[in-house]
Amino acid sequence: MPVLFPQGLRRTLVTGGAIISASALLLTGCAPAPDEDADIAQDRSDYTGCIVSDSGGFDDRSFNQNSYEGLLKAKDDYGIETKQAESQAITDYEPNVSSMVRGGCGLTVTVGFNLSDVTKSTAEAHPDKHFATVDDDSIDLPNVRPIVYDTSQAAFLAGYLAAGSTKTGKVATFGGQEIPTVTIFMDGFAEGVNYYNQQKGKDVSLLGWDVDKQTGSFTGDFEDTGKGKTTTQNFLNEGADIVMPVAGPVGNGAMDAVNGFNTDEPKNPARIIWVDSDGYETLAGGQEYVLTSVIKKMGDAVEDAYVADMDGKFTNEPYIGDLANDGVGLAPFHDQSGNVSDDMKDELKDLKTRISNGEVPVESKASPVKKQ
Amino acid sequence: MSSSESQQPVAPPVDGAGAASEGAAAAPVTPPWASGPEKPSLAYRFTSSPLVLSVAALIAALVVGGLLIVFTDQRVLTRMNYFFNRPSDTFEAAWKAASSAYVALFEGAIFDPHGEDWTQRIYPLTETLTIATPLIFAGLGVAISFRSGLFNIGAQGQIILGAIVAGYIGFSWHLPVAIHLILVIVGGMLGGAVWGGLVGLLKAKTGAHEVILCIMLNYVALNLVLYVLTTPGFQREGSTNPISPQIDRSAQLPRLFGDSFRLHWGFVLAILAVLLVSWMINRSTVGFRLRAVGSNPEASKTAGINVTAGYIVVMVMAGGLSGMAGVSQISGTEKVLTGDVAASFGFDAITVALLGRSKPWGTFWAGLLYGAFRAGGVAMQTNTGTNINIVLVVQSLIVLFIAAPPLVRAIFRLPDPSKTGRDKKARKASAPKAGAAQ
Repeated sequence: MPVLFPQGLRRTLVTGGAIISASALLLTGCAPAPDEDADIAQDRSDYTGCIVSDSGGFDDRSFNQNSYEGLLKAKDDYGIETKQAESQAITDYEPNVSSMVRGGCGLTVTVGFNLSDVTKSTAEAHPDKHFATVDDDSIDLPNVRPIVYDTSQAAFLAGYLAAGSTKTGKVATFGGQEIPTVTIFMDGFAEGVNYYNQQKGKDVSLLGWDVDKQTGSFTGDFEDTGKGKTTTQNFLNEGADIVMPVAGPVGNGAMDAVNGFNTDEPKNPARIIWVDSDGYETLAGGQEYVLTSVIKKMGDAVEDAYVADMDGKFTNEPYIGDLANDGVGLAPFHDQSGNVSDDMKDELKDLKTRISNGEVPVESKASPVKKQ
Repeated sequence: MSSSESQQPVAPPVDGAGAASEGAAAAPVTPPWASGPEKPSLAYRFTSSPLVLSVAALIAALVVGGLLIVFTDQRVLTRMNYFFNRPSDTFEAAWKAASSAYVALFEGAIFDPHGEDWTQRIYPLTETLTIATPLIFAGLGVAISFRSGLFNIGAQGQIILGAIVAGYIGFSWHLPVAIHLILVIVGGMLGGAVWGGLVGLLKAKTGAHEVILCIMLNYVALNLVLYVLTTPGFQREGSTNPISPQIDRSAQLPRLFGDSFRLHWGFVLAILAVLLVSWMINRSTVGFRLRAVGSNPEASKTAGINVTAGYIVVMVMAGGLSGMAGVSQISGTEKVLTGDVAASFGFDAITVALLGRSKPWGTFWAGLLYGAFRAGGVAMQTNTGTNINIVLVVQSLIVLFIAAPPLVRAIFRLPDPSKTGRDKKARKASAPKAGAAQ
């Protein structure tokens, strides 16, 4: 006669319980129990901020993650409630966005151009709900705020710096996928190099991107670090000594290649220019070779969008991060500071003002400013 | 005399042989240790039914998944720090984390009692059916090739090809209402059928293994869609993003219950496909040949069935069904072509077909189960903050448990219906010993 829960199961349960207790014992300190209501002050807990990622997920070390951190910051600073949905694929976009709408969200941030169709149709169907789209400015609706970046301006500075810092007269860049949010970096970088050549009468060449033909090196995805490493090794073999990978996690492969190269050639080390976040702080190794980083301050803009909406000041005015409003910029030089001359630092400062007031034009096909 | 002499020695052996054969024939029916055919008890019949096995697998998966939810929940982890001072906090948080996650899973997949009106309450169920639609199509495609002995794992590529063709017809041709949709459907099926047929053709003509062919053609299809999306013909005007224009309204599958639900006529087509495939496999000549080839290709060949032609036919049909999954993606839900238009449906279809034991209706229900998990996963992560990956793990665990009946039987101590009474006796005898040892 079979029994549904015989001794065997009980034994399993006991073992399971023992494992749980044991792991609890390992995890616990015997820290004192806090007071019953020791949560943070929840002044704005009536407001819910929501975010939907594209298929990159919130751990992509790029725009999804930065935007998500903006939401987390708003949560820390204002004690708001949050809802987040990570999309696995295109099929998740619509269910995720519509579940946010049904979930009573104040402002829903959707990350990436892939979500723009869904955001548009949902926003049209729910004119009383507020949305913000990161890295997409194709929607023109009263309840959708585009958050975009003119990264070419900051990349221009990086190109100028790279051209002024190279010892071999060759610098390089490559992208992950050939999409506007990637090529905009490469455009700006290329123009910065050209501008340096014009101003100084030099002939620094750029590998990996032809700004006129809009063709160059791409690894094809944002995952395969191996390809990033090979591509970078090729550039270094061709004589480039500064590389800017615009490929999210694939950039880690570039860092590997640079580290490997520098172990062999400690006299004239190759250097890397990181993008999106400050590589000096986010990279696991090789920080000393990070010349600078082209930063896109997505977290701040996203947090501001939540704060504005919370205070009833939602606007559909696009936010365009550029050098003038510090939405994009160069990271500090950190360890490389000694290798950048004071003249160069002054020139960069000067160039920044001149780009901001439009004296030095930075043009990229992918630039959000140009589209309007 | 001579006749009696010749008869005498012969007769006894005949009798003896007859007795022996009688005894041998009788032996299996009534063995000396059995007191007649045992009628299985109600409890036995209940616990050995496949339904109970599936439910048990579900419970096992939910328990393991629940533990994962508990141990990844931030609230639980912080409370675990002072476990020994106030253990109740940990257990309370753990219970809350697991139960709220599963409640959200249910509310996101079947019925949402918090909805303001009936539409909102029933919305989750329609979502489940919507997501299940491409899974059922692709699952059927995989199932029929399994039945004919082909391990077709190329559904992903076939869906993509179907989607490319359907999408292209959808956004670049502008035709009257009914014709446009029909062309999209036919085009999508053709796209998938060609991709599937290619596998069948290469296998039939060159003997290449279908698994290798499928894997490689999946890569080709994936990179093909990424490539075409970089060409201006597949991009939106004035944009270089890898996303196609929206398909025309006339190319979209109409929604079943109006605009408040995403459920479209593709689901009805999927049910029709289940009926058709089920008839085809069980009743038609083609289906008979296909099953014959599946169970023994050599014997089928000897019996005059054209095995190589059979491979091509079945792969064309499988590809056509997967192509329909692409159509339901393009014309039913997404309306645009992007690089990940097939999501992971091509691979999920393999599990769906396996879960459904390669039977049409089995595949249908397995597709619904998968659809429910995907739909419920959305609510699970947005409403409770459970990591979406946990949902995938729970899904995978269920498949794992369902695919391994002995494991579930061992965990729940369920009897195995395929074992005879003798084994049962042996088990019974050893059971008390195990108990005593404890």
